[in-house]
Amino acid sequence: MNIKELELKATEVRCSIIRSLHAAGSGHPGGSLSAADIVTALYFDEMNVDPADPKMKGRDKLIFSKGHAGPAQYAALAVRGFFPEEELLTLRKMGSKFQGHPNMNYVPGIEMSTGSLGQGFSAAGGMALAGMLDGDPGRVYAILGDGELQEGLIWEAAMSAAHYKLDNLVGIVDHNGLQIDGRNDDVMTVMPIADKFRSFGWNVIEIDGHDMQQILDAFAAARACKGRPTMIVAETVKGKGVSFMEDQAGWHGKAPNDEQAEEALKELGELMEAQKKALTA
Amino acid sequence: MTEKIATRQAYGEILPVLGKEYPDLVVMDADLSGSTKTAEFRKVFPERFFNMGIAEQNMYGQAAGLALSGKIVCASTFAMFASGRAFEIIRNSIGYTHANVKICATHAGITVGEDGASHQTFEDIALMRTIPGMTVINPSDAVSAKKLLRQAVEMEGPCYVRLGRAAVPVYYKEEDEIILGRGKQLRDGKDLTIIATGIMVPDAMAAAEKLAEEGVDARVIDIHTIKPLDEEIILKAAAETGAIVTAEEHSVIGGLGEAVAHTVVKKCPVKMAMVGQQDVFGESGKPDELRAKYHMTAEDIVKAAKDLA
Repeated sequence: MNIKELELKATEVRCSIIRSLHAAGSGHPGGSLSAADIVTALYFDEMNVDPADPKMKGRDKLIFSKGHAGPAQYAALAVRGFFPEEELLTLRKMGSKFQGHPNMNYVPGIEMSTGSLGQGFSAAGGMALAGMLDGDPGRVYAILGDGELQEGLIWEAAMSAAHYKLDNLVGIVDHNGLQIDGRNDDVMTVMPIADKFRSFGWNVIEIDGHDMQQILDAFAAARACKGRPTMIVAETVKGKGVSFMEDQAGWHGKAPNDEQAEEALKELGELMEAQKKALTA
Repeated sequence: MTEKIATRQAYGEILPVLGKEYPDLVVMDADLSGSTKTAEFRKVFPERFFNMGIAEQNMYGQAAGLALSGKIVCASTFAMFASGRAFEIIRNSIGYTHANVKICATHAGITVGEDGASHQTFEDIALMRTIPGMTVINPSDAVSAKKLLRQAVEMEGPCYVRLGRAAVPVYYKEEDEIILGRGKQLRDGKDLTIIATGIMVPDAMAAAEKLAEEGVDARVIDIHTIKPLDEEIILKAAAETGAIVTAEEHSVIGGLGEAVAHTVVKKCPVKMAMVGQQDVFGESGKPDELRAKYHMTAEDIVKAAKDLA
């Protein structure tokens, strides 16, 4: 899949996020949309996964440590063919396998139940440790929120991944700068993110998290790095792709109503048409 | 004189044996491998031993990741830090996922001794038994500890195994049958039942002998598995003896006593007394001095039984 095709897929993923959150009536659009390009690059280019065999031996694994953005992972898995996209309309409803935060025992392709911040990253380290022990070719990816970096467990896990030289582990910080109570810098500053991980012994790559080429290049550079885990610090925009949601802390944990969903899907639909035209041009 | 061995010592001895039988067994520690005795495993299988440093939360988070990748994980630190500090990681990353992690926690209860109140946990059984799907084991001596640790490793799913620092009497024999999830009746009796767990079990037996001298015929049961609880043996004892004294080296809030009360109150309510830590913190001292001061001895069981009669 070329860059333009991946960009189109990312828009499909964004549409799916809006549809499922609108149907749910609650959830976290801002941080789901900011991670959409990264998660699309992972499922459609970087990762070795098989929708027909979600537990395939030697597969790559993605853990959404920022579990509240699980709808982005659900959407990417659906678009990738792990399950029909219509199922996502049950998101957050009684009896649905699509819980408000992901449950690994319900949803094919979900590798870890997350939601309590910091824990997915720690478990990802354990999975990478197991992979190293077994000589498993699979790589482990973990998407972290920037606010999530305020959890002490993140730094315990960062320390141990470097200690055990887990070069099969790649973290991606979705640095959209916002958390529930406002800007990271006002709540509890997490800067300088890159320097912090560097000082913990990580290979750090800084990119624009909405530039597909930069995302792919970063994953390639992570593969080439031996003896150290890699942290990709991705500069992103919360709510990316839906103009009225962009860079608004208020869209961290609020679902769009009927009108807002329609407006968002209209905007994304226009983008999709333009992307399709660009593909055939 | 009866031989005395700490249950943590038994853990250190059985780990390399299990490591040989189970190639997928990995062991983790948080900078206490000499005290928890996981160092015995490290000596034999260094490539399957991970020291996580003084970071208990991350140890249990990583343990979840290892277990969900097919490993059987025994992860050890002091009971205080395993059950307390790492509680929410154990709840969400191990309990909620049903990961195959054995939380083998040592230095539980008052017999930690000289380290004092910051290290003496009386809350761990209470915390762990509230997690859905968590098996909670509290062996009373070295022989039963080894038998139960083997069964914990053989079963699928999360377990909390409570182990002690102090050397305690070895009273089970190798040929004794110890089955996870099933209480063990050690003495028959008709007047009342002493239900004990962990290192209070030999005290329960001593108390029953003392009571016999005074004409009280006490039944004694070892509940080494607090969850799932052997309700059958407890209800039978309630129905046949009409009174129960529980004994545990743990808070009377949320531990064995309340688990037994929860069972009998539903189907066969009987009078009960609970011997254990009475909602106070501990302090520094020798284990036996502390057990006497905080009322967790055979004499305290005798007194509770008499008050009940």
